[in-house]
Amino acid sequence: METILLQLLNGLDKGSAYALIALGLTLIFGTLGVVNFAHGALFMIGAFCAVTLSRLLNLSFETVDPTRTDFLGNPLKVKTPYVEAWFGPDFGHALIDWSVPLAILFSIPIMIAVGFIMERGLIKHFYKRPHADQILVTFGLAIVLQEVIKYVYGANPISTPAPDAFKGSFDFGALLGFDPNLIIYPYWRLIYFGFAAVVIGAVFSFLQFTTFGMVVRAGMADRETVGLLGINIDRRFTLMFGLAAAVAGMAGVMYAPILSPNYHMGMDFLVLSFVVVVVGGMGSLPGAVAAGFLLGILESFASMNWIKDIIPGIDQIIIYVVAIVILLTRPRGLMGRKGVMEE
Amino acid sequence: MTKTDLTRRRVLKSGAVAGAGLALPTMFTSGAYAFTNEPMGGTVTLGFNVPQSGPYADEGADELRAYQLAVEHLNGEGDGGMLNTFSSKALEGNGILGKKVDYVTGDTQTKSDAARASAKSMIEKDGAVMITGGSSSGVAVAVQGLCQEAGVIFMAGLTHSNDTTGKDKKANGFRHFFNAYMSGAALAPVLAARYGTDRKAYHLTADYTWGWTQEESIAAATEALGWQTVNKVRTPLGAGDFSSYITPVLQTDADVLILNHYGGDMVNSLTNAVQFGLRDKMVNGKQFEIVVPLFSRLMARGAGENIKGILGSTNWHWSLTDEGSQAFVKSFGTKYGFPPSQAAHTCYVQTLLYADAVARAGSFNPCAVVEALEGYEFDGLGNGPTLYRAEDHQCFKDVLVVRGKENPTSEFDLLEVVEITPAAQVTYAPDHPMFAGGALGECNAG
Amino acid sequence: MKKNILGLNPKDTKFLLIVVFLTLFTPILLQPFAAGSELAQFNGGYPDLMQKIAIFGIFAVGFNILFGLTGYLSFGHAAFLGIGSYAAVWMFKLLTMNVIPGILLAMVVSGLFAAAIGYVSLRRSGIYFSILTLAFAQMCYKMAYSVLTPLTNGETGLQLTLNDPRILDGAQQGSSLPVTNIFGLAMNSSYKVEALGRVFTFNVGFYFCAVIAILAFYVAIRLFRSPFGMMLRAVKSNQQRMTYTGLDPKPYTLAAFVISGMYAGLAGGLLAAMDPLAGADRMLWTASGEVVIMTILGGAGTLMGPVLGAGVIKYLENIFSKINEGVLHDWFSFLPDGVEDVVIWVFARFTGEGWHLTLGVTFMLVVTFLPGGLIEGLKRLASRIRNGSQKRDKYDDPDPEHRPDPGKRVAGE
Repeated sequence: METILLQLLNGLDKGSAYALIALGLTLIFGTLGVVNFAHGALFMIGAFCAVTLSRLLNLSFETVDPTRTDFLGNPLKVKTPYVEAWFGPDFGHALIDWSVPLAILFSIPIMIAVGFIMERGLIKHFYKRPHADQILVTFGLAIVLQEVIKYVYGANPISTPAPDAFKGSFDFGALLGFDPNLIIYPYWRLIYFGFAAVVIGAVFSFLQFTTFGMVVRAGMADRETVGLLGINIDRRFTLMFGLAAAVAGMAGVMYAPILSPNYHMGMDFLVLSFVVVVVGGMGSLPGAVAAGFLLGILESFASMNWIKDIIPGIDQIIIYVVAIVILLTRPRGLMGRKGVMEE
Repeated sequence: MTKTDLTRRRVLKSGAVAGAGLALPTMFTSGAYAFTNEPMGGTVTLGFNVPQSGPYADEGADELRAYQLAVEHLNGEGDGGMLNTFSSKALEGNGILGKKVDYVTGDTQTKSDAARASAKSMIEKDGAVMITGGSSSGVAVAVQGLCQEAGVIFMAGLTHSNDTTGKDKKANGFRHFFNAYMSGAALAPVLAARYGTDRKAYHLTADYTWGWTQEESIAAATEALGWQTVNKVRTPLGAGDFSSYITPVLQTDADVLILNHYGGDMVNSLTNAVQFGLRDKMVNGKQFEIVVPLFSRLMARGAGENIKGILGSTNWHWSLTDEGSQAFVKSFGTKYGFPPSQAAHTCYVQTLLYADAVARAGSFNPCAVVEALEGYEFDGLGNGPTLYRAEDHQCFKDVLVVRGKENPTSEFDLLEVVEITPAAQVTYAPDHPMFAGGALGECNAG
Repeated sequence: MKKNILGLNPKDTKFLLIVVFLTLFTPILLQPFAAGSELAQFNGGYPDLMQKIAIFGIFAVGFNILFGLTGYLSFGHAAFLGIGSYAAVWMFKLLTMNVIPGILLAMVVSGLFAAAIGYVSLRRSGIYFSILTLAFAQMCYKMAYSVLTPLTNGETGLQLTLNDPRILDGAQQGSSLPVTNIFGLAMNSSYKVEALGRVFTFNVGFYFCAVIAILAFYVAIRLFRSPFGMMLRAVKSNQQRMTYTGLDPKPYTLAAFVISGMYAGLAGGLLAAMDPLAGADRMLWTASGEVVIMTILGGAGTLMGPVLGAGVIKYLENIFSKINEGVLHDWFSFLPDGVEDVVIWVFARFTGEGWHLTLGVTFMLVVTFLPGGLIEGLKRLASRIRNGSQKRDKYDDPDPEHRPDPGKRVAGE
């Protein structure tokens, strides 16, 4: 029982990452109809927003400590971050410690700007081009973004810890009446889950309850008619692109403490996010979210030892098996709309 | 090619004859060469085949720095580095056998295919007479096989799987780096001494050949000292989030977690394990411990604070105080501004060892080089007295047991050496079952 | 139209002859710079690269039969390449080092896999089809890397060993591995000719690949021009209309899928024949993506485009990744120090460890400025040179009318 509950928590946690990435991707891919191979790169850039902020906060000046030596035998240069010098060691240290949550604020404008530039500068010209061309151009863009990050930050994963306050684990089992210490779960992962829920809720209510969202939804359903009504749908689609980029970016920032960011993490998530979106069904936001959680939970269950004993290696391929089964039983994924990207 | 009237019957016949083992033309039939890519002019070309893209690109970049340094030293530029401490004095700083050392580089992408393509272009296009480098065992084994067929020497870079000098060993291939068996043999006594002999270990293992040999080696070594193995769980390569593999550990009575992971997997599994509070846990009245059998300082940085106090093994570390290590750290540090990694060290040493073998043999002929390296004993290259064993072309030398440092003074100062395990303790018989199943074959000069 | 013995019209015959000429003279054409000169770095006339270009050309031509004609975008074609390689290497291990049985088996096995995967995947269309093929290929890759290691040798890749049976070849002689051959002629033997200050390498393996590539290309031309090819185009332009006329598109698309799977298997078998090692990396999704990219980069739906795309990508990968800072230093040493450093810094971002950047930028530039791929660029160039409005071959057009109508994509019910 505990095992299952724990794996369910793991699944929800993985699922929230998948759902967040898929949500952004489906805004672009499922609704604007652009096959965006650079979406993984957006997620990666988000994670590197966290790295960048922590690097900025850690910008240091050097003082020479003659009592100690470095590896070459020269006097050791001790680094002190500017923020600690300016705001005092305590507050400065706290700032550095909290760099990941702070990076959320930092990342939103950056990601929206990235999304804007991408859409206006490049994607805009490809709305009417075949999907194949979109794949090529966005794949090229993803490689370029990745190489830039690699040049600046190197190829190794970069440690981006959560604030000390969230380092421990929470006794989740005690809350549900289990014995203490049976089901403990790290704070940060619970926060990640809550954060994903908030973001997903916010995106849905934005599309559902604002006039802007209504117009966008109408535009997704029938772009030409909305255009004929004299509404500048293009501008709104640009904003949607920015929103999608921001969602992907925030997912990346919050995921950094769980998965140390590296420059190719975007490519690692790319295939998966496409599978999630398509399993959810093209053009369906709830579908993408549902598929994200479904695949996350199933992946966690598949990695339980007794299941692996029955079918060796099932944890490696479960996502693809599920994708095949769903697509064969439900022609348009979980909640896909007819006619979207079916030709 | 000659023009002959080939009838179907004759083709079939000749095919059968050829199939039965006709002397086949070798890779390069240009008559001028006595062996593949014999250096003719005033230079000799070495091929440095390292990962420049993909997850090990930083390690590859460090290897390349070491190679460039080695080339400088061989050509008599710079401060000479380990040439001054090396027990053999055959090298004079005038290149190799008086030929200036030149080099070409390539990208293995950490894929067998790409690595072989890159090595092939070095051999076919650039005339490289020796290939070296790499940061994974799959690539090492693949390129080693290619070099055997092409008739050039392969000096392995970072490769830790038992197979490289075990079931996939080749006469033209040599490994200076230590292997999974040695990690286990060096680490197990230290683990037993610190954590006791009554421990229950849970293994998480990267699901590919290196992971398996690592798991087999460390499990055998710890079980021999009384540990029990609770479970061995395979995790997909590049799993990213390891939470679903770590939570089951909490449900068992295991009190040690052994992470047979490398690179990004190691960083993520270790980070996740610490996040789940494993290190704060008490099981069976004992403190729960995590062990990482193969440490890499470059990668360990990605795990940040989480590696503090974690035991593992490594081939070499810049904080070693012997003369050779010091000389290398000094020339590397002066040139690049930071200390070298273990990958850089092994690559630098391999280049020197190759050059020295050529100088002692007086020829670039791969078979002469093989002869010069087999059973060769040397010192002054950082790991104490070392033997290149003739039976399997594996170096036998001291192995370092290290621990994540509690109070690092800089971003490079992450590991501290706990114990230097003497070579005798990690030596095994050439026919040890973990290394069985292969044969060196004969050296191939092309 | 008048047709010759090959069953081609004069225009296609001319086209085929050009291809034959280009292929057979590759060792000379790719070696334009004198050995030892600064630009020799750009020479691509060594066996491995030429073989790779021919092989990936076959792969891309086969992929284009499916994608270019029917519009079905498979994202899992690398699986067939990998399966072909494994099949061929097993043949070398068990039966004989002669490449013919290995290559035949590679085509058969990957054809069977293609039939099975195609049968299932073709029940869906559009993006759903793409994801199904991707899922199958990723499953193959993951299994080959881990659970199926006894069959595939996992991470290291399946390779020959000294104690393989090789029934037809008789007892193992000596202690070195045998080489792949065709009736005794070793694939890796080369004849080097020194002329004009250049070394030209005429490699058996390359010519073997080249002949097969020409055959594969010829078959593709015939297929493009055949009634069957017509049917496939109909599948692309409007399946519904096709169904109304009483034709079931499914057998046609499945046939195209299997044929293109067999092309991939052939390419995989050839890869193994040139270098008897089959790694699981060949089946990774990026490898599937690579052939998609090759096809689009060259020009989807055209005959020559995919080959061109394959050539460009393999050339970039193999040549640009080897230009390190030392080489750059040699090139620009004539510049004043400060300028030299800047120039080297800029170039170093695009070469050596930065070769991926060149790839990415190339993709973006080509697709932005040459919507029909590289072949479009060549055509524009040719017509500019001829300075007239040359009539285009209607088959080599990227046929704009059959491209998905942007309006349809966003339209719901």
